[in-house]
Amino acid sequence: MLTPTICRMKVEAPRLASAAQPGQFLIIRAEEHGERIPLTISDYDKDAGTVTIVTQQIGASTSEICSYNEGDSFADVVGPLGIPSDFTEMSAEDLSGKRYVFIAGGVGTAPVYPQVKWLHERGVAVDVIIGAKTKDLVIYKEEMEAVCDNLYLCTDDGSAGFKGLVTAMLEKLVTEDGKVYDQAVAIGPMIMMKFATLTCKKLDLPVIVSLNTLMVDGTGMCGACRVTVAGKTRFACVEGPEFNGYDVDFDEAMRRQGMYKAEENEAMEDHKCRIGRGR
Amino acid sequence: MANRIPRVPVREQDPKVRATNFEEVCYGYNVEEAQLEASRCLNCKNPRCVAACPVSVKIPQFIAQVAAGDFAGAASVIAEDSSLPAICGRVCPQETQCEGSCILGIKSEPVAIGKLERFVADWSRENGGVKPVVAPANGHKVAVIGSGPAGLACASDLAKLGYAVTIFEALHRPGGVLEYGIPEFRLPKDKVVAAEIESVKALGVKIETNVIAGRTVTIDSLLDEEGFAAVFVGSGAGLPKFMGIPGENLNGVFSANEFLTRNNLMKAYRDDYKTPIHAGKKVVVVGGGNVAMDAARTALRLGAGTTIVYRRTETELPARREEVHHAKEEGIEFAMLTNPVEILGDEKGWVRAVKCIRMELGEPDESGRRSPVAVPGSEFEIETETVIMSLGTSPNPLIARTTDGLETNRRGCLVADENGATTRKGVFAGGDAVTGAATVILAMGAGRKAAAAIHEYVQTL
Repeated sequence: MLTPTICRMKVEAPRLASAAQPGQFLIIRAEEHGERIPLTISDYDKDAGTVTIVTQQIGASTSEICSYNEGDSFADVVGPLGIPSDFTEMSAEDLSGKRYVFIAGGVGTAPVYPQVKWLHERGVAVDVIIGAKTKDLVIYKEEMEAVCDNLYLCTDDGSAGFKGLVTAMLEKLVTEDGKVYDQAVAIGPMIMMKFATLTCKKLDLPVIVSLNTLMVDGTGMCGACRVTVAGKTRFACVEGPEFNGYDVDFDEAMRRQGMYKAEENEAMEDHKCRIGRGR
Repeated sequence: MANRIPRVPVREQDPKVRATNFEEVCYGYNVEEAQLEASRCLNCKNPRCVAACPVSVKIPQFIAQVAAGDFAGAASVIAEDSSLPAICGRVCPQETQCEGSCILGIKSEPVAIGKLERFVADWSRENGGVKPVVAPANGHKVAVIGSGPAGLACASDLAKLGYAVTIFEALHRPGGVLEYGIPEFRLPKDKVVAAEIESVKALGVKIETNVIAGRTVTIDSLLDEEGFAAVFVGSGAGLPKFMGIPGENLNGVFSANEFLTRNNLMKAYRDDYKTPIHAGKKVVVVGGGNVAMDAARTALRLGAGTTIVYRRTETELPARREEVHHAKEEGIEFAMLTNPVEILGDEKGWVRAVKCIRMELGEPDESGRRSPVAVPGSEFEIETETVIMSLGTSPNPLIARTTDGLETNRRGCLVADENGATTRKGVFAGGDAVTGAATVILAMGAGRKAAAAIHEYVQTL
């Protein structure tokens, strides 16, 4: 466990590990009766044939995933899904001299890590802003420090680093500290990505966001993940998950994320009941 | 005279009862019914039914065996040409194929070939199945992408010829559309689909689930690194279409694919599965194909009053007659000559109604069907909680995009000749991935043709 509600685990999936690239995700079905849960890939080891996933307990299914112990097996793991980050397609020339800033919120810090690591390994300058509610909820601090140029921590309550939101930190870096960036990447809760995008717009900084929409199959079949990007309906699973932040209709995306809230709340109650009975 | 016997009716679950459960609608024939129906077959010298069957099942032969009471023999006859008879007996459009060309149909009713096939397949499964006849291993490996009808048919034929066949399936259960698309009440999953897939595995076919061609592996990696001599792409047509009208991204608007996948593959209708599904009290399904009927009948079973909205008339409905008939019996409303123009939401962004316009039929279009034309000023609203879009599907572009030299046409379908050879050497394709959304049996026919072509190709290597 990285925090009381966020767990990290390595999953053995050799084909997936050897194909994975930054920006992609996977889908796990914990057991036969479970849902297919899209999760970001926070690291991969092609030699060991493993991928690392970081899961936050937010519903019945994510809690189930976090309840698994070393040596257990998930019923299904499939991926990598989605299109890799744009920079993986860029030439060394195009990348050289580029300055990236990543804005990571909460559990969204995990998928930022392989992107930062990939860029760092290729000599690209990368700064990272990590935001969390409080000190105990900050994840990947040491790992990130090892692969980025500057790490800036923000907490809502000021218990670690800067007291305030990631957007305020970004604005401070650019307008007060004179930092210059060519590209921002924001990954975290939808609401954070919305405001990060607004801040980037204000700073005239291009921003990529990674959309964690609802999904069933993750291969383009169901359309549950549809989002409006630049006025057109796109499928986040096969045309994303990364899009130009300026173009995304975040309000619609947030509304659609809550589509199964009522059913999910019911499932959580059931879930709690079951634990109660077990005791 | 044998043909004086009227077609033996098949027993079905009462419409009122079945509208509340997911158990199979049709009970099928028992031994007596099957033998009586089989006795109606004239055993034609030039059987038109066989010519009309995409996989050329030797229909008069198997029916003669049924009439003689040799059901195991009948099953062996079918097994020579079809690996999925219990499935085909249930979902084939027999009325336009074998039964549609039966001589008896001219003056009275055709032999119930579909129901007889189903009877034989069910009897055989319950009595030990058909012993697989497989040639000795020939040392060649073939990869099949997709475990739907095309892939299963291709894999079966190749395995019988002695190939080591591995099927790669993107989802967590094999079967493709048989598993995620067609509902339990038409095609039982464990009893029929899983059992027939087991019979394909019994031929030596390996199935790897959770492998996405184009992501987890590529066609090139299979050919160059994993030692497969050829690849068959039977990845289907899985991408749902939407109308492009305002309000389509409101909460409560789903593709039929999503709705059916949640219910069929993910078993949302069962309490012991965690999959959420949203139907509500009122559902509008847009479209008139078999998938629209499946979505509507599923919504009805989940407790919703359901209306099918279709822009032409009942005569033009592309769904099978039997499905339309069943849907009506169960109480589904049909709003014909009606087309949605906008989906209206409440203040929270959930669907509240569909705004439709009345249509009338004009001149025939390129498909030969009279094209619907909107009647100006005839807009009206249908109140509903849920809208399910069932407007057809197109092939997933992932494989074509990640494979050099694999061409697609303007509809996104893979380009392949009549034997399934694509524009890339060693890569064959068939089924919906090539034709766009069609039927289970046409996909199986394409899979069989491609298997023969692959066999020929591998011998030239």
